[in-house]
Amino acid sequence: MPKLTVDGIEVEVPQGATVLQACEAAGKEIPRFCYHERLSIAGNCRMCLVEMEKSPKPVASCAMPASDGQVVKTNSEVTRKAREGVMEFLLINHPLDCPICDQGGECDLQDQALNYGRGRSRYQENKRAVTEKYMGPIIKTVMTRCIHCTRCVRFAEEVAGVEEIGAVGRGENMQITTYLEQAATSELSGNVIDLCPVGALTSKPYAFESRPWELVKTNGIDVMDAVGSNVRYDSRGPQVLRVLPRVNDDVNEEWLSDKGRYGPLGLMKRRLDAPYIRENGKLRRATWKDAFAAVKRGLSGLGGEQIGAIAGDLVDVESMVALKDLLAQLGSSRHECRQDGAQLGGEISGVRASYLFNTGIAPLETADVVLLIGSNPRWEAPLVNTRIRKAVRRGAAKVFAIGPEVDLTYEAEWLGGDLTVLGSLPQAVVDALKGAERPAVIVGQGALARTDGAGVLAAVETLVRDFNLVRDGWNGFNVLHTAAGRVGGLDIGFTAEGGVSRILADAESGALKALFLHGADEIDAGALPGVFKIYVGHHGDRGVRHADVILPAASFAEKDATWVNMEGRVQRSNRAVFPPGDAREDWAIFRALSDVLGSPLGYDDMDALRARIAREFPLLADEGLAVVGWDSFSIPGRSEVQPEPVRYSFENYYMTNPVARASEVMQQCSEIILHGNEDVLEAAE
Amino acid sequence: MTDFLSDKDRIFTNLYGFQSAGLDAATKRGDWDNTKRWFENGPDWVIEQVKASGLRGRGGAGFPTGVKWSFMPKEPPADRPSYLVINADESEPGSCKDREIIRHDPHKLLEGALIAGYAMRARAAYIYIRGEYIREAEALQRAIDEAYDKGLLGKNAAKSGYDFDVYMHRGAGAYICGEETAMLESLEGKKGQPRLKPPFPAGAGLYGHPTTVNNVESIAVVPEILRRGSGWFSGFGRENNHGTKLFQISGHVERPCVVEESMSIPFRDLIERHCGGITGGWDNLLAVIPGGSSVPLVPAAEIMDCPMDFDGLRDLKSGLGTAAIIVMDKSTDIVRAISRISYFYKHESCGQCTPCREGTGWMWRVMERLVTGQAEVEEIDMLHDVTKEVEGHTICALGDAAAWPIQGLIRHFRPELERRIAARKNAMLEAAE
Repeated sequence: MPKLTVDGIEVEVPQGATVLQACEAAGKEIPRFCYHERLSIAGNCRMCLVEMEKSPKPVASCAMPASDGQVVKTNSEVTRKAREGVMEFLLINHPLDCPICDQGGECDLQDQALNYGRGRSRYQENKRAVTEKYMGPIIKTVMTRCIHCTRCVRFAEEVAGVEEIGAVGRGENMQITTYLEQAATSELSGNVIDLCPVGALTSKPYAFESRPWELVKTNGIDVMDAVGSNVRYDSRGPQVLRVLPRVNDDVNEEWLSDKGRYGPLGLMKRRLDAPYIRENGKLRRATWKDAFAAVKRGLSGLGGEQIGAIAGDLVDVESMVALKDLLAQLGSSRHECRQDGAQLGGEISGVRASYLFNTGIAPLETADVVLLIGSNPRWEAPLVNTRIRKAVRRGAAKVFAIGPEVDLTYEAEWLGGDLTVLGSLPQAVVDALKGAERPAVIVGQGALARTDGAGVLAAVETLVRDFNLVRDGWNGFNVLHTAAGRVGGLDIGFTAEGGVSRILADAESGALKALFLHGADEIDAGALPGVFKIYVGHHGDRGVRHADVILPAASFAEKDATWVNMEGRVQRSNRAVFPPGDAREDWAIFRALSDVLGSPLGYDDMDALRARIAREFPLLADEGLAVVGWDSFSIPGRSEVQPEPVRYSFENYYMTNPVARASEVMQQCSEIILHGNEDVLEAAE
Repeated sequence: MTDFLSDKDRIFTNLYGFQSAGLDAATKRGDWDNTKRWFENGPDWVIEQVKASGLRGRGGAGFPTGVKWSFMPKEPPADRPSYLVINADESEPGSCKDREIIRHDPHKLLEGALIAGYAMRARAAYIYIRGEYIREAEALQRAIDEAYDKGLLGKNAAKSGYDFDVYMHRGAGAYICGEETAMLESLEGKKGQPRLKPPFPAGAGLYGHPTTVNNVESIAVVPEILRRGSGWFSGFGRENNHGTKLFQISGHVERPCVVEESMSIPFRDLIERHCGGITGGWDNLLAVIPGGSSVPLVPAAEIMDCPMDFDGLRDLKSGLGTAAIIVMDKSTDIVRAISRISYFYKHESCGQCTPCREGTGWMWRVMERLVTGQAEVEEIDMLHDVTKEVEGHTICALGDAAAWPIQGLIRHFRPELERRIAARKNAMLEAAE
């Protein structure tokens, strides 16, 4: 614990801390451009220079280890002169184009120039101009503004794991580029926009949209995957203009996946903004009154198990509870949230820990052996993947994977695609798991959403016992979810025996007469003649195709909602904008519908609904990660694991839900990055 | 009367290539003579000898070589071997001594590498040679191959019982790769950019292992120091500046040359004896850059009787550097000369840290205008201010090296700069009339 003096204040910092951190501990702010807490230290911007006694030259505080007896002066003449010099150098070739720069108002260089900049420039020569670099549909470049801090380079290499951004040339000809000027093939590329301290890398879709001070900032939870990244929706009027990550070290650190960042731009496209009724095969715009009347007609005479409901991936807890209650009023318990047919939770495994990511997202980076079973975390949960990558980069973790070979951004030993290998793991895996101190097994939805899914789950449960995966202070059994609403749905018991396949089979055979599709777009409901289909949701996607009545609902950004991420962490998001047109919040729709159907639900506002949820599901009453005990679970009547090769949950990272499918940016990413089709940008212009 | 270095005291006896550079000829000159006996007293004894000889690093900074070696771990674990890296990336304008050693006396270097490697408990030596030294690299590789053939390197090197490998690595033409940590980056296959210090190479250098980087000349003189004794070596030169040194005199002298002389030899004697004097006589001398392009120039009057060593030149606010002496007579356009040096540093800046990346270009552009006087007098002070903003604020010393020549120019030739500005102003006025 070195003790040092900063501006006369004595501070003690942990071993390994830097002088910059010591200065911060003493309450002194140190200007910096290249230094970033979550990246390696480059020490190249020289803005953080401080005077240190016994050192002939000012030292870069970000790189200098704090040690006993150092005397640091952050406000001396030497320090100030050094910083002013650096600022002058940064500005001589930086264009003074703040008025047309998207970074304006949230620019580190702008802020620091206020403190250390000269009133006028002494630079009489021509300024340097740098050609723009193409970096794909997400990142807009104005490379003349670049100050060569290399944060983007380090992020790409260290966190994202794609060595696609780098510096070419040297001296004043050094340029940051993607070398061959291709789109960065990372699911995390948008983060370099946040990292860039100046306006060199800005958001292409957000270009010239708004100034930061015009935006209303609302805290939300990302629903594009099941990580539950903490985000901020920046909106103006009815429109969410951009999504930025919030810092939460337990979940997303300060990163956000590209889908989380640009998927929500699909909120302005393909929206259901009015109720519709199908008449003579055609959808007719209707009033709420007419639509409810149509629903009442469709449900009349039906009872009990003749009515079913399927909830989609983007549905929050409150909405599902309201729908579940409505169904209960109608005498039915045929509600199902496992859209993809994953065999877990509900009747398969009642123990809560059996469908959670028990290790936790943050602790995962301390794992020493990771076994991936039918899961491609790079696509299914990019910010879980970064944690595994971190564990590997620290040199400790060994990764084994069962599934089709993909580039996970770290080295993995591939065990083939046959899940029966779980019963006879290769000796190397057995040895690794036996010798591991913190082993983690991660099973993906691809391995569970099959006819033998329960068998796979049981096989994984066997691993828990064989390798003692659950031990003191460590639980190595993990289910990696892909749907933001899934764990919440399982928690409130939004499941029915036999899952989606039995509901659809009964619909086919005529045993089921009416079906609520609550944002359910990933199933093939088909035409199902003779079944009365009510679609409640916000996007005109696959689910509405055959719907008889469409009730327009609010999206995740348009309501206060509770989300449970794959760890079982309960988080709340707030309403950023209002739903468009006649669309209403989901729970309010079900409440109103219950009135029409004659047996009103017992809550009139969100508080009452939440109180009702808290009563039945105390785990969901408060935000945070409740500790759930481990209980070994057995799976009755499980099927044998079949040798059929396992497939991952989705084949296109960018197109996994109706909102992302409606987002132009995601469409471009899909075309350019996954299909190598660069023409779409030109076509869009 | 100065004591010039007598032929018997020369270390580099084949400096001019009058004999073969091959192993047979080298053996006859005394190289590889019973090398294994230096292994008998243990590595610390070798380090003590080098310390006692007063050898200071020949690469420019002049850090005591023995002390540098003593920073290396005494018992490196098997999975974390130490390395010796020999800096043969001789790119400093004016410098050309390592080239002579490598092409005519490479076995001195290899024998020195073995002994130095043993002293610092290194597993292997990497010789990083400048990319433009094509024939030299061939000569060096030939010498390495010969040494391996005869069992002088490799397993049980020179029958000493010590295993030691030597590898040659060719650079790709970047001046900055001569900076020790940039050299390590380059050796590792990365872009040649200096590393932050700490950690210093002795703690974490090549591939993160303890490493010492030494200049070719520093290593090549070691066998001779051991053979003749540290007292012999320290008998040359003034206190703190001992030994013999390869001086490289270029520019306006009658016979430019590379010559081994005793340290602290007065400038006048060095030039008179070995270079046939200044062109046009001593009155025609304008200024001298005494240590390669990165040290400040010294005007004629100050340098003439200065002892050529680290401390003597430091007192003149310049430096010995690599002892690459660039002599300029009065026919020299001194402003243009320094401007050209500024261009060099602008061209060779790695671009990593701000002051050097932006400052070198700025300084060069102002210098270019000063050449023709197309500037204001205040800009001289501004330029000086800019050099001060670069100096000492960068990761490596290239920023300093870019700043010092200009500071030297302003210090000693400010009237010339002002004269040019005034002359141009006058010319403009006349033209306007």
